[in-house]
Amino acid sequence: MSNIHLHQITKSFGPTPVLRDVSLVIKDGEFLTLLGPSGCGKSTLLRILAGLEVQDSGSVWIGERPVDGVRPKLRDIAMVFQSYALYPHMTVGANMALPLRMRRLNAWQRLPILGWVVPGTRRVAAEIEAEVSRTAKALDIGHLLSRKPGQLSGGQRQRVAVGRAMVRHPAVFLMDEPLSNLDAKLRVQMRAEIKDLHRRLGVTFVYVTHDQAEAMTLSDRVAVMLEGELIQVAPPQEIYANPDDCRVAEFVGSPKINLLDSVVRERGSVDAVGTRFQLLSDAEPGTALTLGIRPEAFHLSDGGGVNTLTGAVRLIEHMGSDLFVHLDLAGLDHALIVRLTADRAPHIAPGQTLHLSVKPDRVLAFSRDGKRLRAAGPAEMCKVPSLRQFAL
Amino acid sequence: MSVRLSPTAAIMRHGVLLITAAVVLVPFVWMVSLSLKPPGEIFRQHFSFLPEQWYAVQNYSKALTSAPLPRYMGNGVLVCAAILTLQILICAPCAYALAKLRFRGRDLIFGFVLIGLLLPHQVLSLPLFVLGYELGILNTYAALIFPFVVSPFGIFLFRQVFKTIPDDVVHAARLDGLSELGIVWKVMVPMALPAVIAFSIFSVVGHWNDLFWPLIAVRSESLMPPPLGIIAFANEQAGNDYGPLMAAATIVVLPLVVAFLAAQKWFVEGMTGGAVK
Amino acid sequence: MLACALAGPAVLLLFSLFFVPVIAVFVISLTDWQFGAPTFAFVGIANFREVLADEGFRASLLNTIVYVLIVVPGTVILGLAIAVLIESGRSLRALYRALHFLPFMATIAAMAIAWEALLHPTIGLVNQTFLAMGLPTANWLRDEVTALPVLAIIGIWQNLGFAMVLFLAGLKSIPRDLYDAAEIDGADRWLDRLCTVTLPMLNPVSMFVVIVVALRAFEAFDTIKVLTQGGPGHASDVLLYTLYRESFEYLRTGYGASVAVIFLAIVVALTLIQARAMDKRVHYQ
Repeated sequence: MSNIHLHQITKSFGPTPVLRDVSLVIKDGEFLTLLGPSGCGKSTLLRILAGLEVQDSGSVWIGERPVDGVRPKLRDIAMVFQSYALYPHMTVGANMALPLRMRRLNAWQRLPILGWVVPGTRRVAAEIEAEVSRTAKALDIGHLLSRKPGQLSGGQRQRVAVGRAMVRHPAVFLMDEPLSNLDAKLRVQMRAEIKDLHRRLGVTFVYVTHDQAEAMTLSDRVAVMLEGELIQVAPPQEIYANPDDCRVAEFVGSPKINLLDSVVRERGSVDAVGTRFQLLSDAEPGTALTLGIRPEAFHLSDGGGVNTLTGAVRLIEHMGSDLFVHLDLAGLDHALIVRLTADRAPHIAPGQTLHLSVKPDRVLAFSRDGKRLRAAGPAEMCKVPSLRQFAL
Repeated sequence: MSVRLSPTAAIMRHGVLLITAAVVLVPFVWMVSLSLKPPGEIFRQHFSFLPEQWYAVQNYSKALTSAPLPRYMGNGVLVCAAILTLQILICAPCAYALAKLRFRGRDLIFGFVLIGLLLPHQVLSLPLFVLGYELGILNTYAALIFPFVVSPFGIFLFRQVFKTIPDDVVHAARLDGLSELGIVWKVMVPMALPAVIAFSIFSVVGHWNDLFWPLIAVRSESLMPPPLGIIAFANEQAGNDYGPLMAAATIVVLPLVVAFLAAQKWFVEGMTGGAVK
Repeated sequence: MLACALAGPAVLLLFSLFFVPVIAVFVISLTDWQFGAPTFAFVGIANFREVLADEGFRASLLNTIVYVLIVVPGTVILGLAIAVLIESGRSLRALYRALHFLPFMATIAAMAIAWEALLHPTIGLVNQTFLAMGLPTANWLRDEVTALPVLAIIGIWQNLGFAMVLFLAGLKSIPRDLYDAAEIDGADRWLDRLCTVTLPMLNPVSMFVVIVVALRAFEAFDTIKVLTQGGPGHASDVLLYTLYRESFEYLRTGYGASVAVIFLAIVVALTLIQARAMDKRVHYQ
């Protein structure tokens, strides 16, 4: 079992706190993604887990033992870097063999030329070579073993980096933005390959990214980090449909969620931008709330009644199967963004007035400090939207 | 490379570096130390850094009065300033033409610049000496300055930096009505200021410290730049009066050392940028 | 034309101060011209024959090679070691860099005078220290065995900081990720990191530093002029000092020009090797 426990990790760089009391359990075999904007501390957390950085306080457990102060080499982890960090002076084969050589050969045996006369070197070296070529074949880079990294394409380098991590069968794979140096098309392809790799190896993956599409498509669970804090850890669908925090709702989803200031009139009913909304909430009358409504939660209606907004079309963005419609609403200083399927919204033109309705269970209520307000009871469970929203 | 060092490793690092730094500084320390001592203490077979009897005032005032040391320093400033000014005035427009204008022979000129970079100046000294003689300027300030008024390294460096400035900036400046020379002085040089500063440091350090050419070009003491002057001073003293001699050496070394300590980063950049040469 | 006006002065001066002189050196080296003489005649390679047959010149050439062979490894290895040490920790980096770089900045003619005092046979710190430690002493600059090595040590002292800052720049450009990867791969001891990442990544820079330091060593002049004037005998005579002495003290113009041509050939060869080394550096990107 290789459960990973991160227990109350804090870390500052000088006066700047980067991690504030982060606790997280990663299950054996799980694909967990640390998602957040740059500077949120996700890479630092990964580096602490790897042992490349030392936390100010808190502890890290891998499996049954604390690994604080244990060198990265002995933590049974492997890491894929954003820049791939391949040694430019070594061939692909030597790059992949290095982690095995450092572990299985002693300092004498690693000496050039002289090392060959030390007993056992040849046998171990042959084993290593065999393992490297087996791994390389599995990754379809067998023909590249004698090349230098400088002669490879971005995608090939990425595979070599994965191969170097894979070759020694670590219990945990750490990946720090491994796809961000690839072009968009290759990124989608490598994303699928990483997913497949996880399925085949069945070991724990901890993956850092700022790209929500990667997080949503790859992960078993997503841990959203903002400003050094872990805000929510949940499966992707849950993160999207049922965010714990207004900032999570804002960070995940494209186009961004619509946020409307509102005041509770009576239990289960609020006023926002001149419209009465019904929603699932126990908030007391008079409470100020922020309503969050996803762009695709709206549907066209005939007008009037509760849960219906009326506005003028400012502009339309055609995205192929979908339309993003920007609406000007009386009492709202920014545009409301609505996502409609193209076939259901045939004749929309700028200037036109639209009526849009939303179901009560698709209205998310947040307190003014950003915390999610949920109604007690089973009605809270939301409909899970398809993952199509992230395919952009 | 700066991964956590264990405390022992950190202490070792400081230990070794302090020792090497101390060894490197010995000549400076010795020089300053002797410049503070009376002759009696200098010739004693026992070393202490600080003098028992302070003799700094006597040594330094002798250094400044018995030889024309202020004159040497003034010559150095004058020559370095003249060389640098002329170099920038002459190199910047040429670098601009090479970087931003298209004309026939441009590559040829750049080739000449590269060949110029390749030539060690000492090789040219004999013909330049003859040229100075024919012009009748030997043993004048002009003799100290003229071989250096154009710097292939300056042209090369400025061209490389000017090339990184987008063409659009040049086009915009032309639309704003600037002449080509106006573009050089009001747009390119200010935008390339870090390179200009680095080059200035390279040039000033090089010519302040140069001994080879002044040795050839001037004879009269009143024209000598500091390195030549200090040698003349040393020869006069015939090695017997170390105090004032060390005081004079300290005074000659001081301006660059102080400037270096004040603007370390710039100096390192200027001096290593010159490594391209 | 516009470009001519802008580039003209520089080009004109480049011609008259660089190209005409360098051609003139070649021409003079092939003639019997003496400075001040109204006429001259071509004598072919007679000057070169004379130079190469001259014991003094051969000694000078040999000395220069010995000097370079001491200065280059000394400077490069010490510079590399100090740079690696400075960069391996965080504290006092700027201070150490400044202290070690100081000799490269300081006016070498003046510092040579300080060295002379340091090496003084009776009152010099070196002999006093050696005496106290029971080591043999010498009149370092007047002894034909020690004069050249001592000058080379001063050369190392002067150029060490220069090599160091070049290596520091090289070290800074090594991506941090590589050290992290090495640590995860198990190369996490200081020596392993040095052999796996630092030294291989510095390889192209090292080549460059070797050539640049060699060029500087070939151009050594100031310390020789101040401290030994090439003596005793020819024990510390080097190419540039020979060039100076023959051309401007003895006014043997043709001889001096031939030495200049030989010197130029060496420097150009080294610079071309450097240019190739610079090209090679691109491979690692």
